[in-house]
Amino acid sequence: MRYAMAIDTKKCVGCSDCVVACQTENNVPIGFCRDWVVEIIDGTYPQLETEIRSERCNHCANSPCVRCCPTGASHYEDGGIVTVTKHKCIGCGACIASCPYDARYSHPDGYVDKCTFCLHRIKKGQQPACVEVCPTKCMYFGDLDDPNSEVSRVIKKRKHKTLIPEAGTNPQVYYLI
Amino acid sequence: MREELIISGRLNPNIDPHLEIWHWQIPLYLFLGGLAAGILFFAGLYTILGKENQYSAAVKRAPVIVPFLLVIGLGALFLDLRHKLYFWQLYTTIRLQSPMSWGAWTLMAITPLSFIWAALHIREFFPGWDWKFSILKELEKFFLKNRISLAWAMAILSVILGIYTGILFSAFNARPLWNTSILGPLFLTSGLSAGAATIILFSKNHHEQRNFARIDILLIGIELFLIVHMFMGFLASTEVQIDAAKLFLGGPYTAPFWIFVVIIGMVLPAILEALELGKFRIPVIMPVVLVLFGSLMLRFIIAYAGQLSRWLY
Repeated sequence: MRYAMAIDTKKCVGCSDCVVACQTENNVPIGFCRDWVVEIIDGTYPQLETEIRSERCNHCANSPCVRCCPTGASHYEDGGIVTVTKHKCIGCGACIASCPYDARYSHPDGYVDKCTFCLHRIKKGQQPACVEVCPTKCMYFGDLDDPNSEVSRVIKKRKHKTLIPEAGTNPQVYYLI
Repeated sequence: MREELIISGRLNPNIDPHLEIWHWQIPLYLFLGGLAAGILFFAGLYTILGKENQYSAAVKRAPVIVPFLLVIGLGALFLDLRHKLYFWQLYTTIRLQSPMSWGAWTLMAITPLSFIWAALHIREFFPGWDWKFSILKELEKFFLKNRISLAWAMAILSVILGIYTGILFSAFNARPLWNTSILGPLFLTSGLSAGAATIILFSKNHHEQRNFARIDILLIGIELFLIVHMFMGFLASTEVQIDAAKLFLGGPYTAPFWIFVVIIGMVLPAILEALELGKFRIPVIMPVVLVLFGSLMLRFIIAYAGQLSRWLY
């Protein structure tokens, strides 16, 4: 099993519903976020292009954060989801410094926090909160090892990219372009 | 002109607009760890060579401060942790891919060793020292008998400690400035140089002072070589590393790095030490303080500048 997410940049309107849903679902402290929206305007007027991306932890298959964690608090769950065990985390910040996407933050309670692909929901057979609420249905979540899953099919069909693949992290959040 | 405007809704404290997760505690700890490694390395080396009496400051006097350096360093490291009560989790596992795990275990071994070594030489400072309890006296005898083994352990562990202070940074490929394997040898050399300088300060013997001044000049030369090499590597690498090098070549850290680290912390003390070797009378405290200052600034500047460097995004 290999969990992954595909996000359609052509459908995303940048409404930030995914951000709010995540904050509510995961009780993210005020002033912090586990996912966020990036808007990139690029080109020269009048030939401008906009790309809107909902970003989060890429649940990299080769995660620098898991490698550098001195206690094993940062680890892979089944399906390759990268999570942090609170009671093992010492709050040293090494994983935060190691993430090229800056997807982690230090929770006010001391431990390091990040996107979990809503592991607690997946275990119940539900979709991650961000995917569930997206009003344009631009996000797809599922098992990449299953060729019939929605995420596998959409990645097969559409042109896509990952973020900073040159960092060697093998990210598992795919952007359809 | 092609323009790219990026707007992000993320404003996580200590992450945005740029990373600021490590503050003064980490560079201070890396400096003290490097300095301790430098002193212990020379103590171990000259004991193994059987030159304890010729180099008594290196073997007997300077190492007495090492436990203090390590305890202050570990205190700083502890202050940096944000989930402090769980620090013991470091010692429930060995994670070979994590430099921090290596460091934690190395410190676990070298800190008690430094206490033992300091205790064996306490009479250098307090000639009438008496351990009072027979068990302590027995322990002293045991360690004195095995001092060559202790010296080997100290020499090896101090090299691991010294090099780890740099690898801690260089293992992060997310921060292009840190992501150079030169940092390991550079921080090790800087720690050895700081150690040699401290030994000069503790030495009362002119021959020993001259020997360590020579060693220090050599180490500073190696450091300068490594720094040049580091920039050559960056400038011949990818855009992110070229940008990282620019922080020091025209960017915001240009003046602090070249003035505090290279000129005041390396070139000037090397000149002063060379003048001293050439029979000029120069108070030893001057080059020593400059070397220590340079070594501290190197860690501060690399720690802070590294957090500014990032991948194109």
